[in-house]
Amino acid sequence: MSMVSVSDRPAELDLSKVPIRLDVKNLDFYYGQHKALKDVNLSFYDRQVTALIGPSGCGKSTLLRIFNRIYSLYPEQRATGEVILDGANILDPSIDLNELRARIGMVFQKPTPFPMSIYENIAFGVRLYEKVSRADLDQRVESALRRAALWDEVKDKLRQSGMGLSGGQQQRLCIARTIAQQPEIILFDEPTSALDPISTGKVEDLLEQLRSDFTIVIVTHNMQQAARISQRTAFMYLGELIEIGPTQSIFLNPTKKQTQDYVTGRFG
Amino acid sequence: MTAAAPTASAAAPLYVVKPFVSRVSAARRARDKALKVLSVVFTGLGVFVLFWILGMLLVKGVSALSVDVFTKITPGPGTAGGGLANAIVGSILLTAIGMLIATPIGVLAGTYLAEYGKASKAADLVRFINDILLSAPSILIGLFVYTLLVLPFGGYSGWAGGVALAIIALPVIVRTTEDMLRLVPGQLREAGAALGAPPSIVIRHVTWRAARSGMITGVLLAMARIAGETAPLLFTALNNNFWFSPTLVGGVSNLPVTIYQFASAPYDNWQALAWAGSLIITFAILGLSVATRFILSKGN
Repeated sequence: MSMVSVSDRPAELDLSKVPIRLDVKNLDFYYGQHKALKDVNLSFYDRQVTALIGPSGCGKSTLLRIFNRIYSLYPEQRATGEVILDGANILDPSIDLNELRARIGMVFQKPTPFPMSIYENIAFGVRLYEKVSRADLDQRVESALRRAALWDEVKDKLRQSGMGLSGGQQQRLCIARTIAQQPEIILFDEPTSALDPISTGKVEDLLEQLRSDFTIVIVTHNMQQAARISQRTAFMYLGELIEIGPTQSIFLNPTKKQTQDYVTGRFG
Repeated sequence: MTAAAPTASAAAPLYVVKPFVSRVSAARRARDKALKVLSVVFTGLGVFVLFWILGMLLVKGVSALSVDVFTKITPGPGTAGGGLANAIVGSILLTAIGMLIATPIGVLAGTYLAEYGKASKAADLVRFINDILLSAPSILIGLFVYTLLVLPFGGYSGWAGGVALAIIALPVIVRTTEDMLRLVPGQLREAGAALGAPPSIVIRHVTWRAARSGMITGVLLAMARIAGETAPLLFTALNNNFWFSPTLVGGVSNLPVTIYQFASAPYDNWQALAWAGSLIITFAILGLSVATRFILSKGN
Protein backbone atom coordinates (compact mmCIF):
# COMPACT_ATOMS: atom_id res chain seq x y z
CA MET A 1 0.00 0.00 0.00
CA SER A 2 2.94 2.30 0.43
CA MET A 3 4.39 3.67 -2.80
CA VAL A 4 7.78 3.48 -1.25
CA SER A 5 9.73 0.27 -1.02
CA VAL A 6 11.87 -0.29 2.01
CA SER A 7 13.99 -3.25 1.10
CA ASP A 8 16.90 -5.19 2.50
CA ARG A 9 16.94 -3.33 5.78
CA PRO A 10 19.06 -5.01 8.40
CA ALA A 11 17.27 -6.03 11.54
CA GLU A 12 16.22 -3.01 13.52
CA LEU A 13 18.78 -1.52 15.82
CA ASP A 14 18.37 -1.61 19.55
CA LEU A 15 18.55 2.13 20.15
CA SER A 16 19.08 1.77 23.87
CA LYS A 17 22.66 0.71 23.06
CA VAL A 18 23.33 3.58 20.63
CA PRO A 19 24.53 6.87 22.14
CA ILE A 20 22.52 10.01 21.42
CA ARG A 21 24.58 12.62 19.55
CA LEU A 22 22.05 15.44 19.48
CA ASP A 23 19.11 15.80 21.80
CA VAL A 24 16.41 18.34 20.96
CA LYS A 25 14.09 19.46 23.75
CA ASN A 26 11.13 21.86 23.64
CA LEU A 27 12.53 23.65 20.62
CA ASP A 28 10.70 26.70 19.24
CA PHE A 29 11.90 28.81 16.35
CA TYR A 30 10.91 32.27 15.16
CA TYR A 31 11.39 34.20 11.94
CA GLY A 32 10.74 37.63 13.43
CA GLN A 33 7.22 37.32 14.84
CA HIS A 34 6.37 34.18 12.91
CA LYS A 35 6.69 30.97 14.89
CA ALA A 36 8.06 28.38 12.50
CA LEU A 37 8.75 25.47 14.87
CA LYS A 38 6.53 24.48 17.76
CA ASP A 39 7.81 22.50 20.69
CA VAL A 40 9.96 20.04 18.76
CA ASN A 41 11.43 17.11 20.71
CA LEU A 42 13.60 14.42 19.15
CA SER A 43 16.97 12.70 19.36
CA PHE A 44 19.61 11.90 16.76
CA TYR A 45 21.61 8.74 17.30
CA ASP A 46 25.30 8.17 16.75
CA ARG A 47 26.24 7.07 13.21
CA GLN A 48 22.69 6.82 12.03
CA VAL A 49 21.16 8.56 9.05
CA THR A 50 18.04 10.43 10.15
CA ALA A 51 15.84 11.82 7.39
CA LEU A 52 13.58 14.81 7.94
CA ILE A 53 10.58 14.67 5.63
CA GLY A 54 7.43 16.69 5.19
CA PRO A 55 5.71 19.04 2.75
CA SER A 56 7.23 22.39 1.73
CA GLY A 57 7.19 24.91 4.56
CA CYS A 58 6.83 22.28 7.29
CA GLY A 59 10.01 23.47 9.01
CA LYS A 60 12.38 20.64 8.16
CA SER A 61 15.10 22.92 6.75
CA THR A 62 14.50 25.38 9.57
CA LEU A 63 15.12 22.60 12.07
CA LEU A 64 18.31 21.52 10.29
CA ARG A 65 19.64 25.07 10.23
CA ILE A 66 19.39 25.26 14.02
CA PHE A 67 21.87 22.44 14.61
CA ASN A 68 24.87 24.43 13.37
CA ARG A 69 23.35 27.76 14.37
CA ILE A 70 23.64 28.96 10.78
CA TYR A 71 20.41 30.88 11.35
CA SER A 72 22.40 33.14 13.70
CA LEU A 73 23.74 34.90 10.60
CA TYR A 74 20.33 36.56 10.43
CA PRO A 75 19.53 38.75 13.44
CA GLU A 76 15.75 38.45 13.08
CA GLN A 77 15.80 34.67 13.52
CA ARG A 78 15.90 33.05 16.96
CA ALA A 79 15.46 29.69 18.64
CA THR A 80 14.41 28.85 22.19
CA GLY A 81 14.61 25.52 23.97
CA GLU A 82 17.52 23.11 24.13
CA VAL A 83 19.70 21.28 21.65
CA ILE A 84 22.17 19.20 23.65
CA LEU A 85 25.51 18.21 22.14
CA ASP A 86 27.92 16.48 24.55
CA GLY A 87 26.06 17.81 27.57
CA ALA A 88 26.07 21.44 26.41
CA ASN A 89 23.15 23.38 24.99
CA ILE A 90 24.28 24.74 21.62
CA LEU A 91 21.65 27.47 21.81
CA ASP A 92 23.52 28.94 24.78
CA PRO A 93 24.85 32.40 23.84
CA SER A 94 28.27 31.49 25.25
CA ILE A 95 28.78 28.76 22.65
CA ASP A 96 31.55 29.58 20.13
CA LEU A 97 29.64 29.36 16.86
CA ASN A 98 32.67 28.83 14.65
CA GLU A 99 33.94 25.96 16.77
CA LEU A 100 30.44 24.45 16.79
CA ARG A 101 30.28 24.67 12.99
CA ALA A 102 33.63 22.96 12.65
CA ARG A 103 32.13 20.04 14.64
CA ILE A 104 28.81 20.02 12.80
CA GLY A 105 29.28 20.29 9.04
CA MET A 106 26.64 21.25 6.51
CA VAL A 107 26.05 20.52 2.82
CA PHE A 108 23.59 22.78 1.05
CA GLN A 109 20.90 22.30 -1.56
CA LYS A 110 22.82 24.06 -4.31
CA PRO A 111 26.49 23.17 -4.67
CA THR A 112 28.53 26.01 -3.18
CA PRO A 113 32.15 25.61 -4.31
CA PHE A 114 34.33 28.56 -3.32
CA PRO A 115 35.92 30.58 -6.13
CA MET A 116 39.28 28.89 -5.71
CA SER A 117 41.04 25.75 -6.87
CA ILE A 118 39.69 22.28 -6.10
CA TYR A 119 42.63 21.74 -3.73
CA GLU A 120 42.10 25.08 -1.97
CA ASN A 121 38.38 24.40 -1.60
CA ILE A 122 39.22 21.49 0.67
CA ALA A 123 42.34 22.91 2.31
CA PHE A 124 40.35 26.02 3.32
CA GLY A 125 38.31 24.26 6.00
CA VAL A 126 41.21 22.11 7.24
CA ARG A 127 43.49 25.13 7.74
CA LEU A 128 40.86 26.98 9.76
CA TYR A 129 41.30 24.88 12.88
CA GLU A 130 44.47 22.86 12.38
CA LYS A 131 48.10 23.58 11.77
CA VAL A 132 49.08 20.95 9.23
CA SER A 133 52.25 20.46 7.22
CA ARG A 134 52.12 20.67 3.46
CA ALA A 135 52.48 16.90 3.11
CA ASP A 136 49.76 16.23 5.66
CA LEU A 137 47.49 18.71 3.94
CA ASP A 138 48.04 17.01 0.57
CA GLN A 139 47.17 13.75 2.24
CA ARG A 140 44.02 15.16 3.86
CA VAL A 141 42.84 16.63 0.56
CA GLU A 142 43.40 13.35 -1.24
CA SER A 143 41.65 11.21 1.35
CA ALA A 144 38.67 13.59 1.51
CA LEU A 145 38.35 13.51 -2.27
CA ARG A 146 38.63 9.72 -2.25
CA ARG A 147 35.94 9.40 0.40
CA ALA A 148 33.72 11.70 -1.63
CA ALA A 149 34.29 9.45 -4.69
CA LEU A 150 35.70 12.38 -6.61
CA TRP A 151 39.45 11.71 -6.56
CA ASP A 152 39.67 9.83 -9.86
CA GLU A 153 37.81 12.58 -11.67
CA VAL A 154 39.87 15.50 -10.36
CA LYS A 155 43.29 14.16 -9.38
CA ASP A 156 44.90 15.66 -12.50
CA LYS A 157 43.31 19.08 -12.12
CA LEU A 158 43.55 19.89 -8.42
CA ARG A 159 44.84 23.38 -9.27
CA GLN A 160 41.89 24.20 -11.50
CA SER A 161 38.92 26.16 -10.25
CA GLY A 162 36.24 24.25 -8.37
CA MET A 163 33.66 26.29 -10.27
CA GLY A 164 34.57 24.48 -13.49
CA LEU A 165 33.24 21.12 -12.29
CA SER A 166 29.81 19.77 -13.18
CA GLY A 167 26.96 20.23 -10.70
CA GLY A 168 27.23 16.70 -9.34
CA GLN A 169 31.00 16.98 -9.02
CA GLN A 170 30.64 20.34 -7.29
CA GLN A 171 28.28 18.81 -4.74
CA ARG A 172 30.71 15.96 -4.06
CA LEU A 173 33.46 18.58 -3.72
CA CYS A 174 31.34 20.30 -1.06
CA ILE A 175 30.89 16.97 0.71
CA ALA A 176 34.66 16.38 0.52
CA ARG A 177 35.26 19.85 1.93
CA THR A 178 32.96 19.07 4.84
CA ILE A 179 34.39 15.64 5.69
CA ALA A 180 37.99 16.89 5.38
CA GLN A 181 37.31 18.92 8.50
CA GLN A 182 36.42 15.68 10.31
CA PRO A 183 33.17 16.86 11.89
CA GLU A 184 31.07 14.63 14.14
CA ILE A 185 27.74 15.37 12.56
CA ILE A 186 26.94 16.30 8.96
CA LEU A 187 23.74 18.12 8.05
CA PHE A 188 22.48 17.71 4.49
CA ASP A 189 19.87 20.20 3.26
CA GLU A 190 18.23 18.55 0.22
CA PRO A 191 21.68 17.75 -1.19
CA THR A 192 20.46 16.11 -4.38
CA SER A 193 17.50 18.27 -5.35
CA ALA A 194 19.62 20.26 -7.81
CA LEU A 195 21.30 17.17 -9.28
CA ASP A 196 20.52 14.76 -12.13
CA PRO A 197 19.59 11.14 -11.33
CA ILE A 198 23.08 9.74 -11.89
CA SER A 199 24.73 12.32 -9.65
CA THR A 200 21.97 11.75 -7.12
CA GLY A 201 22.78 8.05 -7.10
CA LYS A 202 26.45 8.79 -6.48
CA VAL A 203 25.67 11.13 -3.59
CA GLU A 204 23.29 8.58 -2.06
CA ASP A 205 25.95 5.85 -2.26
CA LEU A 206 28.29 8.27 -0.58
CA LEU A 207 25.87 8.91 2.28
CA GLU A 208 25.69 5.17 2.89
CA GLN A 209 29.51 5.08 3.11
CA LEU A 210 29.77 8.11 5.38
CA ARG A 211 27.45 6.61 7.92
CA SER A 212 30.27 4.51 9.37
CA ASP A 213 32.03 7.65 10.59
CA PHE A 214 29.47 10.41 10.90
CA THR A 215 26.06 11.04 12.35
CA ILE A 216 23.96 12.27 9.46
CA VAL A 217 20.81 14.37 9.37
CA ILE A 218 19.31 14.85 5.92
CA VAL A 219 16.40 16.98 4.83
CA THR A 220 14.72 15.61 1.75
CA HIS A 221 11.46 16.20 -0.07
CA ASN A 222 11.98 12.90 -1.83
CA MET A 223 10.35 10.10 0.14
CA GLN A 224 12.00 7.34 -1.88
CA GLN A 225 15.34 8.85 -1.01
CA ALA A 226 14.49 8.93 2.69
CA ALA A 227 13.45 5.27 2.47
CA ARG A 228 16.62 4.30 0.60
CA ILE A 229 19.23 5.93 2.77
CA SER A 230 17.96 6.54 6.28
CA GLN A 231 17.67 4.37 9.37
CA ARG A 232 15.34 6.79 11.08
CA THR A 233 12.77 9.17 9.66
CA ALA A 234 11.04 12.16 11.21
CA PHE A 235 7.85 13.47 9.64
CA MET A 236 7.12 17.13 10.16
CA TYR A 237 4.04 19.13 9.33
CA LEU A 238 3.24 22.83 9.89
CA GLY A 239 6.17 23.40 12.20
CA GLU A 240 5.49 20.40 14.37
CA LEU A 241 7.18 17.05 14.65
CA ILE A 242 4.37 14.59 13.95
CA GLU A 243 6.22 11.33 14.24
CA ILE A 244 9.73 9.92 14.40
CA GLY A 245 10.81 6.32 14.30
CA PRO A 246 12.66 3.66 12.35
CA THR A 247 12.31 4.45 8.65
CA GLN A 248 10.57 1.15 8.00
CA SER A 249 7.82 1.79 10.53
CA ILE A 250 7.30 5.38 9.39
CA PHE A 251 6.73 4.22 5.83
CA LEU A 252 4.95 0.92 6.47
CA ASN A 253 3.17 1.31 9.81
CA PRO A 254 2.90 4.97 10.71
CA THR A 255 1.00 5.58 13.93
CA LYS A 256 -0.37 9.00 12.97
CA LYS A 257 -2.91 9.57 10.24
CA GLN A 258 -1.08 12.63 8.87
CA THR A 259 2.08 10.57 8.42
CA GLN A 260 0.11 7.86 6.70
CA ASP A 261 -1.52 10.36 4.35
CA TYR A 262 1.82 11.93 3.48
CA VAL A 263 3.83 8.77 2.87
CA THR A 264 1.06 7.29 0.74
CA GLY A 265 1.03 10.43 -1.38
CA ARG A 266 -2.36 11.77 -0.37
CA PHE A 267 -0.89 15.26 0.10
CA GLY A 268 2.45 16.99 0.02
CA MET B 1 -2.83 6.87 -32.71
CA THR B 2 -4.91 4.08 -34.12
CA ALA B 3 -7.96 5.00 -36.11
CA ALA B 4 -10.88 5.70 -33.82
CA ALA B 5 -14.32 4.59 -34.79
CA PRO B 6 -16.22 7.45 -36.42
CA THR B 7 -18.78 8.92 -34.07
CA ALA B 8 -22.38 9.72 -34.81
CA SER B 9 -21.77 13.19 -36.15
CA ALA B 10 -19.71 12.03 -39.09
CA ALA B 11 -20.79 15.05 -41.10
CA ALA B 12 -19.20 17.54 -38.71
CA PRO B 13 -15.65 18.43 -39.76
CA LEU B 14 -12.89 17.54 -37.30
CA TYR B 15 -11.48 21.04 -37.39
CA VAL B 16 -12.10 24.26 -39.26
CA VAL B 17 -9.34 26.06 -41.12
CA LYS B 18 -9.78 29.76 -40.49
CA PRO B 19 -8.05 32.18 -42.82
CA PHE B 20 -5.37 34.17 -41.00
CA VAL B 21 -6.60 37.70 -40.37
CA SER B 22 -4.26 40.10 -38.62
CA ARG B 23 -5.86 41.96 -35.75
CA VAL B 24 -3.07 44.54 -35.64
CA SER B 25 -4.21 47.85 -37.12
CA ALA B 26 -2.23 49.73 -39.74
CA ALA B 27 -1.84 52.67 -37.34
CA ARG B 28 -0.25 50.47 -34.72
CA ARG B 29 2.13 49.05 -37.29
CA ALA B 30 3.07 52.58 -38.35
CA ARG B 31 3.70 53.66 -34.74
CA ASP B 32 5.78 50.56 -34.21
CA LYS B 33 7.89 51.34 -37.25
CA ALA B 34 8.22 55.03 -36.32
CA LEU B 35 9.59 54.24 -32.88
CA LYS B 36 12.08 51.81 -34.37
CA VAL B 37 13.27 54.32 -36.97
CA LEU B 38 13.56 57.10 -34.36
CA SER B 39 15.61 54.93 -32.00
CA VAL B 40 17.98 53.93 -34.80
CA VAL B 41 18.36 57.53 -36.02
CA PHE B 42 19.13 58.95 -32.58
CA THR B 43 21.48 56.12 -31.72
CA GLY B 44 23.28 56.84 -34.97
CA LEU B 45 23.43 60.54 -34.07
CA GLY B 46 25.02 59.79 -30.70
CA VAL B 47 27.54 57.40 -32.18
CA PHE B 48 28.26 59.87 -35.00
CA VAL B 49 29.16 62.64 -32.52
CA LEU B 50 31.39 60.25 -30.61
CA PHE B 51 33.25 59.20 -33.73
CA TRP B 52 33.44 62.82 -34.88
CA ILE B 53 35.26 63.72 -31.67
CA LEU B 54 37.52 60.67 -31.87
CA GLY B 55 38.21 61.28 -35.58
CA MET B 56 39.04 64.93 -35.06
CA LEU B 57 41.25 63.96 -32.13
CA LEU B 58 43.05 61.39 -34.25
CA VAL B 59 43.59 63.73 -37.21
CA LYS B 60 44.82 66.70 -35.17
CA GLY B 61 46.44 64.70 -32.39
CA VAL B 62 48.42 62.22 -34.43
CA SER B 63 49.93 64.99 -36.54
CA ALA B 64 51.05 66.69 -33.31
CA LEU B 65 52.60 63.52 -31.89
CA SER B 66 56.37 63.17 -31.93
CA VAL B 67 59.13 61.74 -29.78
CA ASP B 68 59.55 65.22 -28.28
CA VAL B 69 56.05 65.04 -26.82
CA PHE B 70 57.21 62.25 -24.52
CA THR B 71 60.75 63.46 -23.81
CA LYS B 72 60.64 67.25 -23.54
CA ILE B 73 58.89 69.32 -20.92
CA THR B 74 56.10 71.79 -21.57
CA PRO B 75 57.43 74.96 -23.23
CA GLY B 76 57.07 78.41 -21.69
CA PRO B 77 55.04 81.09 -23.44
CA GLY B 78 56.57 81.98 -26.79
CA THR B 79 59.19 79.20 -26.57
CA ALA B 80 59.36 76.97 -29.61
CA GLY B 81 59.11 73.16 -29.51
CA GLY B 82 58.70 71.42 -26.18
CA GLY B 83 56.71 68.36 -25.15
CA LEU B 84 54.48 67.00 -22.44
CA ALA B 85 56.86 64.76 -20.48
CA ASN B 86 56.40 66.57 -17.15
CA ALA B 87 52.62 66.74 -17.60
CA ILE B 88 52.33 63.03 -18.47
CA VAL B 89 54.48 61.92 -15.52
CA GLY B 90 52.66 64.40 -13.25
CA SER B 91 49.27 63.07 -14.28
CA ILE B 92 50.35 59.49 -13.70
CA LEU B 93 51.64 60.42 -10.23
CA LEU B 94 48.54 62.38 -9.25
CA THR B 95 46.25 59.59 -10.44
CA ALA B 96 48.37 57.03 -8.58
CA ILE B 97 48.22 59.03 -5.34
CA GLY B 98 44.47 59.44 -5.74
CA MET B 99 43.95 55.72 -6.33
CA LEU B 100 46.28 54.67 -3.50
CA ILE B 101 44.22 56.76 -1.09
CA ALA B 102 40.77 55.99 -2.50
CA THR B 103 41.05 52.24 -3.18
CA PRO B 104 41.55 50.91 0.38
CA ILE B 105 39.02 53.33 1.87
CA GLY B 106 36.49 52.70 -0.89
CA VAL B 107 36.82 48.91 -0.83
CA LEU B 108 36.54 48.75 2.95
CA ALA B 109 33.60 51.17 3.05
CA GLY B 110 31.83 49.17 0.33
CA THR B 111 32.55 46.00 2.29
CA TYR B 112 31.07 47.57 5.42
CA LEU B 113 27.89 48.47 3.52
CA ALA B 114 27.44 45.05 1.90
CA GLU B 115 28.66 42.72 4.65
CA TYR B 116 28.18 44.45 8.01
CA GLY B 117 25.94 47.53 7.75
CA LYS B 118 23.43 45.98 5.33
CA ALA B 119 20.02 47.58 5.98
CA SER B 120 21.00 49.41 9.20
CA LYS B 121 20.35 53.14 9.63
CA ALA B 122 24.09 53.86 9.73
CA ALA B 123 24.61 52.07 6.42
CA ASP B 124 21.68 53.90 4.83
CA LEU B 125 23.17 57.22 5.94
CA VAL B 126 26.57 56.30 4.47
CA ARG B 127 24.89 55.27 1.21
CA PHE B 128 23.00 58.57 1.06
CA ILE B 129 26.13 60.64 1.66
CA ASN B 130 28.04 58.55 -0.85
CA ASP B 131 25.39 59.21 -3.50
CA ILE B 132 25.68 62.95 -2.85
CA LEU B 133 29.47 62.74 -3.14
CA LEU B 134 29.07 60.78 -6.38
CA SER B 135 27.30 63.70 -8.01
CA ALA B 136 29.13 66.56 -6.27
CA PRO B 137 30.58 69.12 -8.75
CA SER B 138 34.29 68.42 -8.98
CA ILE B 139 35.18 72.11 -8.74
CA LEU B 140 33.68 72.12 -5.22
CA ILE B 141 35.90 69.24 -4.24
CA GLY B 142 38.88 71.20 -5.56
CA LEU B 143 37.91 74.20 -3.42
CA PHE B 144 37.34 71.97 -0.39
CA VAL B 145 40.84 70.52 -0.64
CA TYR B 146 42.21 74.02 -1.31
CA THR B 147 40.95 75.20 2.08
CA LEU B 148 41.96 71.94 3.73
CA LEU B 149 45.44 71.30 2.34
CA VAL B 150 46.60 74.27 0.25
CA LEU B 151 45.86 77.29 2.47
CA PRO B 152 47.10 75.79 5.78
CA PHE B 153 50.35 74.49 4.22
CA GLY B 154 51.02 77.68 2.34
CA GLY B 155 51.03 76.43 -1.25
CA TYR B 156 49.93 74.10 -3.99
CA SER B 157 51.17 70.51 -3.96
CA GLY B 158 50.82 67.19 -5.72
CA TRP B 159 49.55 65.77 -2.45
CA ALA B 160 46.62 68.17 -2.39
CA GLY B 161 45.89 67.23 -6.02
CA GLY B 162 46.03 63.54 -5.21
CA VAL B 163 43.64 63.97 -2.28
CA ALA B 164 41.19 65.93 -4.43
CA LEU B 165 41.25 63.15 -7.05
CA ALA B 166 40.85 60.53 -4.30
CA ILE B 167 37.67 62.23 -3.08
CA ILE B 168 36.26 61.99 -6.59
CA ALA B 169 37.27 58.33 -7.03
CA LEU B 170 36.08 57.29 -3.57
CA PRO B 171 32.27 57.22 -4.06
CA VAL B 172 32.66 55.35 -7.36
CA ILE B 173 34.68 52.63 -5.63
CA VAL B 174 32.34 52.46 -2.63
CA ARG B 175 29.31 52.05 -4.86
CA THR B 176 30.74 49.43 -7.22
CA THR B 177 32.31 47.45 -4.36
CA GLU B 178 28.99 47.29 -2.54
CA ASP B 179 27.06 46.40 -5.70
CA MET B 180 29.51 43.66 -6.66
CA LEU B 181 29.55 42.15 -3.16
CA ARG B 182 25.75 42.11 -3.09
CA LEU B 183 25.78 40.03 -6.26
CA VAL B 184 27.65 37.27 -4.42
CA PRO B 185 25.01 34.67 -3.45
CA GLY B 186 24.29 34.52 0.28
CA GLN B 187 24.67 30.75 0.10
CA LEU B 188 28.39 31.16 -0.47
CA ARG B 189 28.68 33.14 2.78
CA GLU B 190 26.60 30.48 4.55
CA ALA B 191 28.86 27.78 3.17
CA GLY B 192 31.91 29.61 4.52
CA ALA B 193 30.29 30.13 7.91
CA ALA B 194 29.17 26.47 7.96
CA LEU B 195 32.83 25.41 7.91
CA GLY B 196 33.41 27.49 11.03
CA ALA B 197 35.07 30.41 9.28
CA PRO B 198 34.59 33.74 11.07
CA PRO B 199 33.20 36.63 8.98
CA SER B 200 36.65 38.19 8.45
CA ILE B 201 37.92 35.03 6.76
CA VAL B 202 34.74 34.49 4.76
CA ILE B 203 34.93 38.06 3.47
CA ARG B 204 38.62 37.97 2.59
CA HIS B 205 38.84 34.48 1.15
CA VAL B 206 35.38 33.83 -0.25
CA THR B 207 33.27 36.94 -0.83
CA TRP B 208 36.02 39.24 -2.09
CA ARG B 209 37.35 36.50 -4.28
CA ALA B 210 33.93 35.83 -5.77
CA ALA B 211 33.44 39.53 -6.48
CA ARG B 212 37.03 40.19 -7.51
CA SER B 213 36.59 40.96 -11.19
CA GLY B 214 33.70 43.32 -10.52
CA MET B 215 35.60 45.11 -7.77
CA ILE B 216 38.67 45.56 -9.99
CA THR B 217 36.35 46.92 -12.66
CA GLY B 218 35.05 49.52 -10.22
CA VAL B 219 38.56 50.58 -9.30
CA LEU B 220 39.56 50.89 -12.97
CA LEU B 221 36.42 52.89 -13.75
CA ALA B 222 37.24 55.25 -10.89
CA MET B 223 40.76 55.58 -12.26
CA ALA B 224 39.45 56.40 -15.72
CA ARG B 225 37.19 58.97 -14.13
CA ILE B 226 39.94 60.85 -12.29
CA ALA B 227 42.61 60.56 -14.99
CA GLY B 228 40.88 63.26 -16.99
CA GLU B 229 39.63 65.49 -14.16
CA THR B 230 40.65 69.14 -14.51
CA ALA B 231 38.65 71.23 -12.06
CA PRO B 232 39.83 69.64 -8.79
CA LEU B 233 43.45 70.15 -9.87
CA LEU B 234 43.09 73.87 -10.63
CA PHE B 235 43.05 74.72 -6.92
CA THR B 236 45.33 71.97 -5.67
CA ALA B 237 48.13 70.70 -7.88
CA LEU B 238 47.88 73.73 -10.16
CA ASN B 239 50.15 73.27 -13.14
CA ASN B 240 53.40 74.72 -14.51
CA ASN B 241 55.96 74.28 -17.22
CA PHE B 242 58.73 72.71 -15.15
CA TRP B 243 59.68 69.40 -13.68
CA PHE B 244 58.06 69.34 -10.25
CA SER B 245 60.04 68.79 -7.07
CA PRO B 246 60.42 65.14 -5.98
CA THR B 247 58.55 65.97 -2.77
CA LEU B 248 55.58 67.09 -4.93
CA VAL B 249 55.49 70.36 -2.97
CA GLY B 250 54.66 73.31 -5.21
CA GLY B 251 52.71 73.04 -8.43
CA VAL B 252 52.73 69.70 -10.21
CA SER B 253 52.31 69.74 -13.98
CA ASN B 254 49.54 67.50 -15.32
CA LEU B 255 47.80 66.78 -18.59
CA PRO B 256 44.23 68.02 -18.01
CA VAL B 257 45.22 71.49 -16.79
CA THR B 258 47.97 71.71 -19.44
CA ILE B 259 45.38 70.95 -22.13
CA TYR B 260 43.05 73.54 -20.62
CA GLN B 261 45.78 76.24 -20.67
CA PHE B 262 47.45 75.33 -23.96
CA ALA B 263 44.26 74.92 -25.95
CA SER B 264 43.12 78.46 -25.16
CA ALA B 265 46.54 80.04 -25.79
CA PRO B 266 47.54 81.88 -28.99
CA TYR B 267 50.74 79.86 -29.61
CA ASP B 268 50.67 77.25 -32.38
CA ASN B 269 53.02 74.84 -30.61
CA TRP B 270 50.90 75.03 -27.44
CA GLN B 271 47.75 74.26 -29.41
CA ALA B 272 49.42 71.32 -31.13
CA LEU B 273 50.58 70.00 -27.77
CA ALA B 274 47.04 70.37 -26.41
CA TRP B 275 45.83 68.13 -29.24
CA ALA B 276 48.58 65.61 -28.56
CA GLY B 277 47.77 65.64 -24.83
CA SER B 278 44.05 65.17 -25.53
CA LEU B 279 44.84 62.21 -27.75
CA ILE B 280 47.09 60.62 -25.13
CA ILE B 281 44.61 61.07 -22.30
CA THR B 282 41.63 59.87 -24.35
CA PHE B 283 43.37 56.72 -25.49
CA ALA B 284 44.73 56.05 -22.01
CA ILE B 285 41.17 56.15 -20.67
CA LEU B 286 39.88 54.13 -23.63
CA GLY B 287 42.58 51.56 -22.90
CA LEU B 288 41.48 51.42 -19.26
CA SER B 289 37.86 50.86 -20.29
CA VAL B 290 38.83 48.09 -22.68
CA ALA B 291 40.96 46.49 -19.95
CA THR B 292 37.97 46.73 -17.62
CA ARG B 293 35.67 44.99 -20.07
CA PHE B 294 38.28 42.33 -20.66
CA ILE B 295 38.65 41.64 -16.95
CA LEU B 296 34.88 41.54 -16.51
CA SER B 297 34.35 39.12 -19.36
CA LYS B 298 37.14 36.92 -18.07
CA GLY B 299 35.66 36.99 -14.58
CA ASN B 300 32.33 35.76 -15.86
